[in-house]
Amino acid sequence: MLLSRFEYAAARTVEEAVSRWGESPGAAYLAGGTDLLTQMRIGKRAPRLLIDIKRIDDLSAIRERTNGDLSIGAAVPLAAIAEHPIVRERYPLLAECCTRVGARPLRSRATMIGNICNASPAADTAVALLALDAEAAACGPSGSRAIRIADFFTGPGETSLLPGELVTEVVLPLAASGWRGAYFRLSRRRGMDLATVGVLVARSNGEDPGRHRVALASVAPTPLRVPEAEACLDRNGAAAAPRAAEIAREACRPITDLRGTAAYRREMVGVLVRRGAAALDRRTK
Amino acid sequence: MTEHTITLRVNGLEESRTVPSNQTLLSFLRDTLDLTGAKEGCGEGECGSCIVLVDDKPVNSCLMLAVEADGCSVTTIEGIGDASRLHPLQSAFLAHTAVQCGFCTPGMILAGLALLRENPSPTEAEIRSALSGNLCRCTGYRQIIDAVLAAAAAMRGEAARAPEEKTG
Ligand SMILES: Cc1cc2nc3c(=O)[nH]c(=O)nc-3n(C[C@H](O)[C@H](O)[C@H](O)COP(=O)(O)OP(=O)(O)OC[C@H]3O[C@@H](n4cnc5c(N)ncnc54)[C@H](O)[C@@H]3O)c2cc1C
Ligand code: FES
Ligand code: FES
Repeated sequence: MLLSRFEYAAARTVEEAVSRWGESPGAAYLAGGTDLLTQMRIGKRAPRLLIDIKRIDDLSAIRERTNGDLSIGAAVPLAAIAEHPIVRERYPLLAECCTRVGARPLRSRATMIGNICNASPAADTAVALLALDAEAAACGPSGSRAIRIADFFTGPGETSLLPGELVTEVVLPLAASGWRGAYFRLSRRRGMDLATVGVLVARSNGEDPGRHRVALASVAPTPLRVPEAEACLDRNGAAAAPRAAEIAREACRPITDLRGTAAYRREMVGVLVRRGAAALDRRTK
Repeated sequence: MTEHTITLRVNGLEESRTVPSNQTLLSFLRDTLDLTGAKEGCGEGECGSCIVLVDDKPVNSCLMLAVEADGCSVTTIEGIGDASRLHPLQSAFLAHTAVQCGFCTPGMILAGLALLRENPSPTEAEIRSALSGNLCRCTGYRQIIDAVLAAAAAMRGEAARAPEEKTG
């Protein structure tokens, strides 16, 4: 038993979870625990209380709202998201990115919202949520608010969440149901390795047809979109792929680490943006 | 430190125990219940030797707390068959020499079982993907994949195909 000492409490409601956090300095919310428990094991974190959010019924469902938006609760594991019929039909890019996280047993427990709250630059679900204009709902000691995913990531492991804020759900707009494309992801081995470089390229077939999205993982302090590359593809389609690739190469700010060098990552961003744009073109032919 | 009384089913039997909050499900199974089939290879989700089924879903028991399993139903390798009545996956692993030291085997079999329950006729690619969280450091993966394919056929009621003689 290598985990340090801590207390554990399973909250039944969002309010209970947030008030427990307020009463216990040094508490952490526990979703799937696949990041948190591994970080505790290596001594990177030592919360004194884990507040388990998986017994909160409100957070355990995927629900379609009356306006057609889709809400995914914070306790829903990645496997359930990837298998959900509405996610597969309307947001196949999200299903694809969820399936790229770890292996099947990890995805039985790991949540999408834990993935974004952990805020690794390599977070695979982040690129899809950025591309789909998703919005997170957070509830904290000083009330509830909505945070656009575009404003969520602030640095490696850092988010715009205030202390004690719990993300309760992520909402996918109905208007984003027409985005189609692919997530190209390089890693040292095919399964069970964080992305060395991840590039998602998508085009809208639904609302606002012909618009593009380019989102990158693992090549900057946060997952990011490259609006200038998107605009370039919007104007000139696949013919603009070399230029869009160049813009994306310039926009990324990769580091060298054990998974790859900065130069390799930058080079691959260009290659994968071109590959992504070509795949879109094949799709429409 | 807090302790918690948990009640869960393990291989069909109800167990009620008091556990410290920092005990993993893997340690609970091995050290408290003496079910040593699930192994601790890495302790951080990388190797799959600790995989068990929780409410029929494959999980890395090293990354789950025992207290989180309260109210759940857990299946370990001990619960799917034994020497006198092998599960088709266990028989297939033996027939295909998919076991050398055996350390990875319980995790491989449970990950394979979770797949076959969801998808009784997986392709080889689907098997590779389902087992991508399981490392084997001695047998190699070919035999393991062949064993899962053969078990799938046996479980569908098709005649078990003898492993092909390998020459050279
Ligand atoms: C072997 C292995 C392989 C992995 N492979 C990948 C991979 O390929 N791609 C990838 O992107 N990630 C990968 N990961 C990382 C991890 O599995 C994912 O980030 C996962 O989605 C995290 O979700 P969780 O529910 O387990 O989060 P937890 O560990 O429970 O939580 C993560 C962090 O977020 C906080 N938190 C959780 N939920 C909330 C909430 N609702 N509100 C506020 N804060 C919250 C926690 O306090 C903690 O700080 C891997 C991890 C392991 C161990
Ligand atoms: S011991 Fe759990 S995955 Fe290695
Ligand atoms: S048989 Fe030894 S690790 Fe797989």
